[in-house]
Amino acid sequence: MKSRAAAADRRHFDSRGHKGAAQRRERIAARLFTGVLYVCCLVFLLVLGGLAITLLWKSRLSLATFGPEFLWSSEWDPVHGRFGAAPFLYGTMVSSLLALLLAGSIGLLAGVFLAEFAPRRLGAALGAMIELLAAVPSIVYGLWGLFVLAPFVGGWLGPALQAAFGFLPIFQGPIYGVSMLTAALVLSVMIVPTIAAITRDLIAATPMRYREASLALGATRWETIAKVLIPEVRGGIFGACMLALGRALGETIATTMVIGNRPAIAASLLAPGYTVASVIANEFTEATSDLYLSALIELGLILLLISLLVVGIGRLMLRLVVR
Amino acid sequence: MVGLFPHCRPGKGRDPRLRRSKPLKHGTAVPTITGSCRGKVDPGLPHGSSPWAEGPRDDEGRGGHARCSRAPARQGADFRAPLWRLAIALLALAAAPAASAATQLIGAGSTFDFPFFSKAFYAYNENHPDVTINYQSIGSGGGIQQLIAGAVDFGASDVPMDAQELARASAPILQIPVTLGGEGLAYNLPGIKKGLRLTEQIVADIYLGKITKWNDPALAQQNPGTALPDTKITVVHRSDGSGTTYIFTDFLSHVSPVWKDKVGTGKSVAWPAPSSVGGKGNEGVAGLVRQIPGAIGYVELSYLLENDMPYALLQNKAGKYLYPTIATVAAAAATKPDISAANFSIVDTDCADCYPISGYSWVLLYQAPADPERGRLLKGVMTWLVTKAQPIAASIGYVPLPANVQQRALHILALMVLKGQ
Repeated sequence: MKSRAAAADRRHFDSRGHKGAAQRRERIAARLFTGVLYVCCLVFLLVLGGLAITLLWKSRLSLATFGPEFLWSSEWDPVHGRFGAAPFLYGTMVSSLLALLLAGSIGLLAGVFLAEFAPRRLGAALGAMIELLAAVPSIVYGLWGLFVLAPFVGGWLGPALQAAFGFLPIFQGPIYGVSMLTAALVLSVMIVPTIAAITRDLIAATPMRYREASLALGATRWETIAKVLIPEVRGGIFGACMLALGRALGETIATTMVIGNRPAIAASLLAPGYTVASVIANEFTEATSDLYLSALIELGLILLLISLLVVGIGRLMLRLVVR
Repeated sequence: MVGLFPHCRPGKGRDPRLRRSKPLKHGTAVPTITGSCRGKVDPGLPHGSSPWAEGPRDDEGRGGHARCSRAPARQGADFRAPLWRLAIALLALAAAPAASAATQLIGAGSTFDFPFFSKAFYAYNENHPDVTINYQSIGSGGGIQQLIAGAVDFGASDVPMDAQELARASAPILQIPVTLGGEGLAYNLPGIKKGLRLTEQIVADIYLGKITKWNDPALAQQNPGTALPDTKITVVHRSDGSGTTYIFTDFLSHVSPVWKDKVGTGKSVAWPAPSSVGGKGNEGVAGLVRQIPGAIGYVELSYLLENDMPYALLQNKAGKYLYPTIATVAAAAATKPDISAANFSIVDTDCADCYPISGYSWVLLYQAPADPERGRLLKGVMTWLVTKAQPIAASIGYVPLPANVQQRALHILALMVLKGQ
């Protein structure tokens, strides 16, 4: 050991020439490493920037033809070359936010249960299952949605909701099974694992002394969770929700299978809708005219902007919440 | 290896400062790359005095000299060496298929054609081991774009390229009909499993949203003796852009001037009926029709034949009620043997035994392929595809080309110009 250490020392210090070489080597290595790290981060920036530029460039025809009206026009007629994004924007926002609402509440509660209440073995088993759910491909969710969930919504849930809350415009109109609600349900199943798993890990990672202190002050278990633990990790939960929302916004296949693909804005959640990602997936491969392609690419650009906006708003809210 | 890395040759690239360092005593060599190498390049070190004298030999027999004689300043090369080896291995892998005898033709396009093509091209390769055909079902639009870009040997599309698209290509393109598809109207009416009768006008009015209930007088008149329910009609259509939709809307445009004027013909259209719902793919449309009582939707014949679901009798122009079958679709195609990419519609033909909703799928290729050898192989494949492969198409629910259309296809193929012959 001693001789090895001595050799190592000699390597750096036994002659001046050596010392310079070794140090330079290390400096170069360190700089190289930092450089690699920078490049890794730069890659993200390049990809995002490249994407935005490509989308902008390829959608120039549509941007020039329709201008800002594209955002609020409801017409989508490929045969006559008239395009508007409003129904798709509406569908994307409503289905994603509804899914987040459902998945957020369920995921939060499931995460709390797994971290605080579940017996160790049950918790581990359930946790593994939840993580498995996150790995199911979206086409599987889509087919499940189409063949299992849609008939359920059409034959049971829809009529039940209509019977109970039919006075609300959001539950009126004919029921097809495929609908905005069905899409939101499928999306919420898809994003709930993210929220539940992150919540569980966050709560499990809070120091035990918080719980002890809270309980020692006479708080009940419920009060400890609601007033100490969850506020402690709310920033992280918020981040998990943004991650989940990102997936919901961009989800394509599963939504397409169950949303009904009708480019119209309807007040009812039981009516079919359409999302931005779905229309791109549906029509891009067979779109041949330049304007048509350009309009679809502009939709892609809008989806990118929505995602950026959502992430931005999320960060802003996070800062407000945490402070 | 030494040849590849000239700087690795023993004795080259020595740092002059290294020579000044004291020789390492036996056993003191630090088992790091630096330590072991430094000991080696020092001429003062007696050969074999260090356990690393020969360096670790790897299984390719490269000795320690080649590895260790590098100057410490060249440490980076130690990382590069495995990378180089990897690169060379990859190059060798990439070169291997090129060295084999088979030529790979590449095609892309229509998803409708894919089951037929994959089966047919597999069969072709069994008899012609010198040709393999790689077909990517990326959609007709993609196929046309790839062909224009020159990235594929042939494209496939459910709708032939129009004048505007042809103008974008750098050279003349031949369009050859390769297979036929028919479409049936699947419906979901509990209690009516068979024999629902529709006329062309009724179908148009349903899709226009003019007829909204199954017990509409127009429907009742066509179906005397059938108890039509008071159910709302849900119109199901394809949500993805598709040749199936093109053929169906082409049919509607032929039978209804209102449709032609208001909606038109296309792979994706603005569906006017307020109760319309879109399903992705044939399976999506069929799935929705199965689930929604009162639904009607157009589904490809091959899909209908394979899946047990009720579909309607449709009255043709001659007044006869017909089911879509391979025979009735082929009959419609046979009435128009002079089919061409400019005049290809075979919907609503005027003959007694012709089913009115059907259309061709097309293969697109350059008239004078840049590589005549590939062109010759391609011509062989396509000649086989439009003639001898047709029974394969029939075996999986496509409608085989009638004999006169096969002749027409061969006639178009004969226009191929293969330079150097």
